[in-house]
Amino acid sequence: MTVEAQREALFEYLLRLGDNALILGHRLSEWCGKGPVLEEDIALSNIALDLVGQSTLWLEFAATVEGGARDADALAFKRDVLDWRNFLLVEQPNGDFAHTIVRQFLFDCFHVELLQALSKSANQEIAGIASKALKEALYHRRHSGQWVIRLGDGTEESHARAQAALDALWGYTRELFEGDAIDEMMMQAGIAPDPGDFEENWKQAVGAVLAEATLTVPDANWSIGGGKKGIHSEHLGFLLAEMQFLPRAYPDAQW
Amino acid sequence: MQPHAAASAEESRLWAALEEVSDPEIPVLSVVDLGVIREIEVDGAAAKVTITPTYSGCPAMSYIEMMVRDAVLKAGFEHVEVKTVLSPAWTTDWLSEAGREKLKGIGIAPPAEVSTSKQSLLGIDPVVACPRCGSENTEILSQFGSTACKALYRCTDCAEPFDYFKCI
Repeated sequence: MTVEAQREALFEYLLRLGDNALILGHRLSEWCGKGPVLEEDIALSNIALDLVGQSTLWLEFAATVEGGARDADALAFKRDVLDWRNFLLVEQPNGDFAHTIVRQFLFDCFHVELLQALSKSANQEIAGIASKALKEALYHRRHSGQWVIRLGDGTEESHARAQAALDALWGYTRELFEGDAIDEMMMQAGIAPDPGDFEENWKQAVGAVLAEATLTVPDANWSIGGGKKGIHSEHLGFLLAEMQFLPRAYPDAQW
Repeated sequence: MQPHAAASAEESRLWAALEEVSDPEIPVLSVVDLGVIREIEVDGAAAKVTITPTYSGCPAMSYIEMMVRDAVLKAGFEHVEVKTVLSPAWTTDWLSEAGREKLKGIGIAPPAEVSTSKQSLLGIDPVVACPRCGSENTEILSQFGSTACKALYRCTDCAEPFDYFKCI
């Protein structure tokens, strides 16, 4: 394999990492000022801050790998829908609080597994960012897991909403564990794990919490993916329209 | 691990200058107390300072970098380089003893355990003593607080809510 092909694959892979963190971080930031209680408003904003911070680290490294033609801001604010590499799960709208928490929990459990593996990456830069982000992801998983239990094992209303969220989102989780040619190249180089490898761990971690929450693991007969290749749901375009408005309306504005 | 050994008078001068730089979010702490200064190097009139962020999204980092630069120049060094490293990842274990005392002094409970303790790794909430009355009858109100590094607790004896510098 040529050095050039390796470099392009690494760039793609870093975009996936950065895009997942940024899009989910942006979604959570939409709760700022609208949280159901003050403490959760602060919690969701804090998690958003961690994720946006992580995305900055990934995208800065991606920009370096690309060769310096674009910086992290250009990657965040000047790419259109088809150039985004995040999972469909993280771009799904917030819905109600239960929906946001369930989406977060499903992602956090995946994120912890992924970052654990990446912290042992042969690429030192990736290992460094992953070790840093892992501490934060563990803390996030604790928060979302506790809420899944409180909502699921709470009132009839909260249980129904948590279960509805789970049923609506489950079909988006298949994609988290599907490897492609880029994953294969990263695996060969010792840079990243086979995403299929931690599906079992994820199922166990998720299943244990859902059982305690008296929620039922959905028997979803559908699944949808494509985010890694730039095939997205209609929701991402609306999100980008808001997130990218300022730099697009006022290019290169400084403040 | 505290990288705070000064090998020369010049290094002492640099450490002293860094002690004057406050954390913008918790101003009683210096950046040295916080453990974000990982390494210093002095070569004549040139100083190199290596810093690490507390959290990935810590909004104070660029400000801290600016203040460090400023303080080092003011201390008489003619050239200053501030380098940021991510690895090893920052941990609350690097908070200095002096820093922990200063936190208590302004009503923030310092981390109650080391980051590698079994409790911490399992995510079990530690026993946090109330920084006002010292009671250990406290409860967690929220895992997150007014800044990325803090959680919100309440003392069930004196009834005061307080910040806890969470352990990572």
